[in-house]
Amino acid sequence: MTVETQGDTREGTSAAGPASPTVLDRGRPASSADLRRRADWIRLGTIDLIEQAGLGHYSSTFSCAEIFAVLYYHTLRIDPANPAWPDRDRLLLGKGHVATGLWPVLADLGFYPKDWLRQFGKLGSPLNDHPNMRLAPGIDFSSGSLGHNLSVGVGMALGGRLAGRDYRTFVLTGDGELQEGQVWEAAMAASHYRLGNLVAIVDANGFSGGGPTSAAMNIEPLADRFAAFGWRVSEINGNDVDALVETFDALPDPSGEAPVCVIARTRKGHGVSLFEQAPQAWHLGLLSPEQKAEVVAEISGRMA
Amino acid sequence: MTQPAEQGQASRTDGPKMVDVFSDVDIDTALATNPAGVAIAAMADEDPAILTLTADLGNVLNEFRERHPDRYIELGIAETNSISVAAGLATCGFKPYVYSMSPFGMLKCAEQIRTDWAYNHLPVRLVGRLTGLAMGLFGTSHHAVEDISVARAITGMTVVAPADAQSAVSLLRATATMAGPVYVRIAEDASPVYDEPPVYEFGRWQRLRDGADIALIGHGMGVGLAVRAAEQLAGSGIEAQVWDAAYLKPHDADAVLAAAATGRIVTIEDHNVIGGLTSIVAETLGRAGVAARLGSVAVPDEDIEVGVPADLYEYYGINVAGVVARAAELTGRL
Repeated sequence: MTVETQGDTREGTSAAGPASPTVLDRGRPASSADLRRRADWIRLGTIDLIEQAGLGHYSSTFSCAEIFAVLYYHTLRIDPANPAWPDRDRLLLGKGHVATGLWPVLADLGFYPKDWLRQFGKLGSPLNDHPNMRLAPGIDFSSGSLGHNLSVGVGMALGGRLAGRDYRTFVLTGDGELQEGQVWEAAMAASHYRLGNLVAIVDANGFSGGGPTSAAMNIEPLADRFAAFGWRVSEINGNDVDALVETFDALPDPSGEAPVCVIARTRKGHGVSLFEQAPQAWHLGLLSPEQKAEVVAEISGRMA
Repeated sequence: MTQPAEQGQASRTDGPKMVDVFSDVDIDTALATNPAGVAIAAMADEDPAILTLTADLGNVLNEFRERHPDRYIELGIAETNSISVAAGLATCGFKPYVYSMSPFGMLKCAEQIRTDWAYNHLPVRLVGRLTGLAMGLFGTSHHAVEDISVARAITGMTVVAPADAQSAVSLLRATATMAGPVYVRIAEDASPVYDEPPVYEFGRWQRLRDGADIALIGHGMGVGLAVRAAEQLAGSGIEAQVWDAAYLKPHDADAVLAAAATGRIVTIEDHNVIGGLTSIVAETLGRAGVAARLGSVAVPDEDIEVGVPADLYEYYGINVAGVVARAAELTGRL
């Protein structure tokens, strides 16, 4: 038997060093207008993919479109030519059902050919409603079962410390996902191990699949709760690209002693009136052709 | 067992007792009582990628902790977190060994093991102690008699069950090069079978004794029972084949068919009769279209009594006498 090569091996530094010309470094220049347009471009791409598949998560993905735009076009240190580069920053999708919004981004950055998007929703496609790290380059961990990925992120952050690497591990969670008990096991472990290289971004859009998050089970006050678990917390408007840029630019050095929680207050379905008015109804759905035309016109009008 | 007093156990002072497998000896370096702890510490000396994780079960890893303090990760009483953290570490090129009590590590965390380890083909190992009825007196919460059934239904899992301490060393060493996740099911109450670590081939069972009248197939503590039962049966003129079914997934279909050539098979395991070795053998026979009588020495699918393990094993006939009785029944002799 041979050892399966899984992700980045400890010998994997030969894949690419930081000097590789294909590395996209932290803090890449991007204007506010560009990032806002990029978020809307993600929304349009999501609409197309969901139409292909016949069903999908619109409003959850739309709430974090600005977060995706800022992370992938400004903040993350990544190398699309070497998805397993050991020194890359990681992004885990705790709320795996927003992967649809990531597929156009990873294709655009060159993690895989753009024509992979045309396979979305078809049998055998590497791109699914929830992400699979074995199939999709650029996906740092699979998800779909809510509550796991902050723990996985703790493992990656610990791994960075053990290997002496300075990458950051970002974990995007939903606010409803924080109802899962395992998240708080991970939150405890992150501060216990002083994982300043771990960043939790809570896409706090206020809704889970069944309705308002805190009506199902109150999770507030989120900032106090993470602070009580030993995290360094900031709370921002998560649909404001400037606030996101400022917050991510000001992240403490990964060698810091406290994990960082960014509570991104977002609007579920942000950027589309139809979704904003009924975010719960558009948690999972399919736009009719007429609705699609209306929604695309609203987004495109803003991008012009 | 609804009236234990009638069995004379309520006031007994000289009968079997619980054994504290986690007694607070400073460092348990004895292979017989801490095979996994000893084996993993030795493996880690040679492989810097090996890490250990536990959820408040670290004392069996004291030897490892003393030699490799930075590579021991304590997660507190949070088993599910320990499983998912191990997955994250595995993506960074480490080889995590999660040390756990099987009722919690394997059963409570089955979904994390499936979704985070198996789905992603990650080389993480769950070393489960206190399997079967080993924690008998502690109650149903502490019994692990469904763990093999759950583990082997997970795509991509390798499931091994060492017969004794030497077997545990051998199988743990073998995990160093296995792709994908592995469940190592350590038996506490196993009588010695091997004098040194046996050489196992991946997915293959060991034939420990030849015999044409019946085949006894065990895993974990069941192997020692099979060996001793075969010796007794030989005294009565019944020649029993004995197999060490160390690999429960993948299992050794050829061995099952060789055993079936005797016409009679008894499976012996400290596990529910559903989903474990009994099921493995039955499925294999059916698929091959081979007929054989199949008897099982296993935990019945019913509410399990609570008591010290020795009493429970006697009550359920998971002992040498139970194996001999089942063999006699199948052979129609004795």
